[in-house]
Formats: sequence, C-alpha cells, structure tokens
Amino acid sequence: MNKCREAAGKIVQETQKFIEAHTTTSVERAVARLLGIDGVDSQGVPLPNLVVEQVQQAGLLNKGIAYWLANGVLALGMTVQELAVRVGEGQVNLVKLPSQGIQQIREICAGLAVNTVKEISRQRSRREELLRELGEGQQPYLYVIVATGNIYEDVIQAQAAVRQGADIIAVIRSTGQSLLDYVPYGATTEGFGGTFATRENFRIMRKALDEVAGEVGRYVRLTNYCSGLCMPEIAVMGALERLDVMLNDSMYGIIFRDINMQRTFVDQYFSRMINGYSGIVINTGEDNYLTTADAVEAAHTVLASQFINEQFALVSGVPEEQMGLGHAFEITPELEDGFLLELAQAQLVREIFPKAPIKYMPPTKFMTGNIFQGQVQNALFNVASIMTGQGIHLLGMLTEAIHTPFLQDRYLSLENARYVFKTMRHLGEELEFKEDGVIQNRAGEVLLKAAGLLEEIAQLGLMTAISKGYFGDISRQPDGGKGLSGVIRKADSYYYNPFIKLFMRGRDE
Amino acid sequence: MKPGQKAGGLINPDQKPEGLISPDLTRVMPYGDSLNDGAVQLSFTLPVPPGARAKEAARQLAEKMGLEQAQVVHMEGIDPRFTFFVVYGRSRHWVDYSIIKAPQAVKQVMSKQDVDAFIRTKFGRRLRIVGACIESDAHTVGIDAILNMKGYNGHKGLESYHGFEVHNLGAQVPGAQVAAKAIQVDADAILISQVVTQKDIHLTNLTKLVEILEAEGIRERIVLAVGGPRINHQLAQELGYDAGFGPGTYAGDVATFIVEELATRLETGTEQKGG
Repeated sequence: MNKCREAAGKIVQETQKFIEAHTTTSVERAVARLLGIDGVDSQGVPLPNLVVEQVQQAGLLNKGIAYWLANGVLALGMTVQELAVRVGEGQVNLVKLPSQGIQQIREICAGLAVNTVKEISRQRSRREELLRELGEGQQPYLYVIVATGNIYEDVIQAQAAVRQGADIIAVIRSTGQSLLDYVPYGATTEGFGGTFATRENFRIMRKALDEVAGEVGRYVRLTNYCSGLCMPEIAVMGALERLDVMLNDSMYGIIFRDINMQRTFVDQYFSRMINGYSGIVINTGEDNYLTTADAVEAAHTVLASQFINEQFALVSGVPEEQMGLGHAFEITPELEDGFLLELAQAQLVREIFPKAPIKYMPPTKFMTGNIFQGQVQNALFNVASIMTGQGIHLLGMLTEAIHTPFLQDRYLSLENARYVFKTMRHLGEELEFKEDGVIQNRAGEVLLKAAGLLEEIAQLGLMTAISKGYFGDISRQPDGGKGLSGVIRKADSYYYNPFIKLFMRGRDE
Repeated sequence: MKPGQKAGGLINPDQKPEGLISPDLTRVMPYGDSLNDGAVQLSFTLPVPPGARAKEAARQLAEKMGLEQAQVVHMEGIDPRFTFFVVYGRSRHWVDYSIIKAPQAVKQVMSKQDVDAFIRTKFGRRLRIVGACIESDAHTVGIDAILNMKGYNGHKGLESYHGFEVHNLGAQVPGAQVAAKAIQVDADAILISQVVTQKDIHLTNLTKLVEILEAEGIRERIVLAVGGPRINHQLAQELGYDAGFGPGTYAGDVATFIVEELATRLETGTEQKGG
C-alpha cells in the first residue's frame, strides 16, 4: 500500500511540473467567471469565451486573463462585466488599452477575487448549516440520476426520487457537452439524454432540492459533471450554485472523450482546487475502465488509477473526506465466485482509502433487457455495498440496458436498495474474511499488481503510460485529441492568477 | 418416429395425452399456464395519486389495451402525484405466426476461424473496418463490444480477427469524420453504434450519416451496418443501411454479415477494390 502511494506520488509530482508551467483557455475563462463575468453576447457566445479569445489571438494569454481584465477595468473605469460586454460588442480590445501599473492591477484583482471567494465560502457555510439543521441520510448515500432533457421535468423526477429515499440527485448532461469548448447559457428544455450543465440549470435544481429537502427533513445533495473541455468553468458554477458532488477525474476525458492530455491535466488541477475549496465531493471515473476492459483482469488498473486520482486531489487541496474515488460492480454474472471477487475489491478499496466517500457504481455492462434478472444483479450489488461500507452508492436501474430511467424504475431501485441496506445494515461488522481465503487472497493479488503497475508508470511517466494504453485498454497521444490549442505556457513570473493562492491558502486555515 | 425425436418408450410422441392441444400457429396468443389463456403482465405509472379511483383507472386502461379480466395486483403511490401499478390480464388478441416475416442480417454465424479462412480465400487481403459511435451518443460500450480485442462475454471483437484491420473512432464522432476516415483508409465496411438515445435522435443521426456517405459518393461501395438496443435489421434497412443488429449481437454476427455481403457483391460484380 505504501509502495502504491509512493509511486503514485512520484507520478503526480512529475506531471505536476508540467501542469504548473501551463494554463489553458478554460482555466482563464474560469478566472474570468470568478472575477465576475457572466452572460452571453448578442450571438449567444459566452462573454468569458470572448475576452479570453481576444487575448489569446493576440498571443498574450500567457500573462493570464486576470491581468488584462484588471488593466481594462483601471484604464476604462468600468466594472469587469461592463468591460466584457464592450469586448463582446467589439468596442474594446483588451490588449490595446494603455498599460496600468502592476501594483494597481494586482490590487484590483485581489479585491474582485476576495468577493467571489467570500461568496463561495458563504455557499459552503450554507451547506454546513443545512446539514446541521436537516441532517442527512446514512451512508452509503443513495444516488440516482435524472435525465429527461428538460430541467423542469428533471425537477419533478428529482423531487419524486427524494421522496422515495434518494440522498443524491445527479442531473445527467446532454450528450456532447464534454466536447463543447464553452459552457452553454440558460435553462435547457430540449437536451438529449440530459440537460446542459449551465448555471441556470444548476440554480433551478438547487432550489428544487432545497425545497424537497425541507419537506423530507434531510439535506439532498446535487451532482453534476466537471468533465470535458470546460472542467474549471463548470467547477466555478458548481461552487457558486452550491453543488455538493462533482464528477472530476484526472484522466477520464483523455481516455474516454479523447480530450488532449496536456489540456486535461492542467484543467483538472484548477477545477479540483475550486471543488476542494467549495467543499464539493469529487467523484472519479475509474468505473469506466471496466466498461472497456475486463473487470477481473483490469481490477488492479482501477486501484492504480484511484491512487493517482488521490495524489492529484491532494496537490489540488482536496481533502480525503472529499475524494469520492470510483469503482464498479462489473464482473460477469457467468463467473463462479464472481461475487467473492467483487467483495474483495470493494473491501480493499474501503480499507485503503478509509476517509474517502468511495463511489460505487452498479452493474451496467452485463445488464440486459431481462429486467427481472437485472433487479437481482442490482440486489447483489446492494449487498456488496452495504457489507463493505461504501460511501456513495449509485443505484442500478433494472432498465439500464433499455432507456434512461422511468419514474417507476427509480422507485423500484430505491426500494430494492433500502430493503437490502436495512436488513443487512450491520452484516459487515459481524463477519470477518477467512484468513488466506479466496477474498483475502484476491485483495492481496490486486494490491500487489497495482503496486507493480504504478511503479512501471512512475518509470515511464504518466503521459507515456497513457499513450501506451495502460488505462482502459485505450491509447492516447500527448499531442493528440481535442483541445491542445487551448494549452498555453505561462510567462513565468508575469503570469497572474489571484485565485490559486486564495484557494490553496483557504485550505490551511 | 420423426427424425431428431427421442423417445423413452413410455409415451408415443405421436399420440397426445387427451385434452392437450398443440398451438394453432395461425392464431398464436400469450401463454401463462395453459394454451391460449392470453396471460399478460405489465406495469406502468399513472400521474394520479393512489386510491380506489386510481386502481379502477389502471384496470380500465388495461381493458382498453385489449386485456380481459384485468386485475390490478399491486398499486403503490411513488410520489404524491404518481402511482405505480402491476397488472395482469388476458389478451384477446392473436397473431398469425405462419405468415410472419422477420428479416435477419445473418442466418448462420461463422466461427472466428471460419471468418478468417473465408477472408483469406475470397479476398486474399485484410478487410478494413471503420467503427464509430456517432453524433450525440457518448456511449462506446456497444461499438467496443463488437470491435475491441477482448470483445464481450467471451466473444472476441473484430480486432482479434486476422482478417480485419479495425479503426475504432470512439464516441461522439461527427458523420463527416466517419466518412473522411472511411475514404482515407479505403474502408470495406462502416459499423455504427447508437446506444443512448432520447426522443428518437438516433434516427436523425443515422439518416444524416447515410446522406453524408451518399454525398461523398461512397455509400454504394461500402457495407454499412448499425447496432444498438433500439435497432433491428428491418429498421436499419428502412434507414438505408445494409444491416442492423439488436441486443444480443456479438462480433461473430457482424463479422459473418460483413464477409458474406462483400462476397456476394464480389460475385455479382458490384464495385470492388484491391488490397
């Protein structure tokens, strides 16, 4: 275990050197949002995109957008939002304004930054206050998705799910958002397979969940996705609208969405810093490896990735209590004693990351149209979860292989999990795994293989390892994939981002 | 005795026990625990609160669906405004099984070895496959099950066949990119996957791709197939595809279809390319 942590630490430190020397267009757009820019121009293009593009086209983004925005505010004597609107109207070119003193620029920035950071802290306190007032469900938290494509319809389904016992509601994103290099604006009423992650959608669902939380007398957590080309910007929106859980994996976008790895590594760092400061639990996506690779053979890659995600989270200031490291119940039902291997993995992860609210994903790969069998598969998954004390329990849907959940599917799944959790609540505490038995030996084997893999990756370097297909059997190249043009080398000491210090210092206090 | 039948000597298979009738294949109905009882189970939710009125509403709805003796065996309020029902009833409807046609892309699935041998002898070169999960769909589980080395459920994917050169483009690939790749590698076949769909967007995506391939002038010389939970062979053909594969499809089905279709085209002289 220590070997694993050591190797993962080395892997991350090596990658971190690259990360800290670079910024990206999406990091800078997140900074623009944090400084107070929101909204779109007459064509519907988000203002954060417009200001960042203007500076990038001049080749001057390496100083950071904060510098240029503060310079503009000082030069023209207007608010940062007014400035962005003028840029959108084509009336102002940020890089052509007279240069102001660097001292004044930093003061202006610091003032704006502190306001936003205070707002984020206020949301964090509000969550803590509501948790104290209302209480919360017991772990494993029951996590369900809503995915109607209409945020207002999602509200109805989410509130129904909460009344049926759900602790966490995840609003699935419209397919395709991960590859958009901007964050859409406004409420979604016609998404596909979900709604867009927009600030307005966040606000609508937050309000609805707070309402129903009061009704059922327990706090309800809201989840959305930081993944894709806009990780840091979505993290900002999540911080300001009090999301509680955000998907945030250091490698998912690279492997499963073919987003450039340099871009993702830099993006995940700043987005996790924001998540960490906001008190948002991050969920990592290791479960996805098992949709392409075999769950028995690739179990150690899941563990290895959890170690890497843990280290990336630590350097971004995310505490262990906010690390929802992911894994999944995906072994083929055909395998004799397959359930024993699932138990071994779940217990292993639980013991290695004792403080983390481990995110456990349900069977998907071997779900079929036989919904009756599917309900049994989900019941076994529920047993493994309660026996090993997982943190965040994504409910399996009996119609997984057919469609996005119907209202009744969610109900049946919640009923299933509530029953299993209740009747087996303390089973895990009553049992010990047999010394040198199948489960113990399997756990030992997976850990040993993970250590070997991590040491290999530490030798190669993470980027090379990914290009050789070490994760999920998929290979990605360092300069391949989407979004590379948005990666910019920082102009060393001239680069300015007032938030890094604030977010990282906030953690120590 | 009829060929293939086994008899232990106790029962004469040609003589049926009294009262047991074999199904009339021109009038086939659901079977619960006796022939032609029409027994059907279904479940649904109504947007009304639970209660006697809701229960009667569910029963009447089931009767309207063509069920006789509909019985609401379970009613549960799953929200103040929604009620879930489990209903049993006897369907009055029947179908004439003897005249039903359900086209399938593949009749007899070849083994991996046979496919590879078939490719060697018929084509004498590797066949080039481009696969993608297109447009709005981000779920590669289907295309990966067919293409990836490891395949699915013990059925190795097309990458593991000697006879195929596979280009798996992954998820959310625009149709134009699929066409460009197919032209670039001079593909013999394109395999499309559509897993997650809502409001029938998969139909729009699939139609759009056919239009792109036609505009590029490559539709005719490429074997074009689609797979996914909502896909069947008939639907695929209506959309302008050569084949469609639904749930339960493995790499072997797709491989067999591709090689047979290409061989037919070769024999009938439809345009072919060299290695």
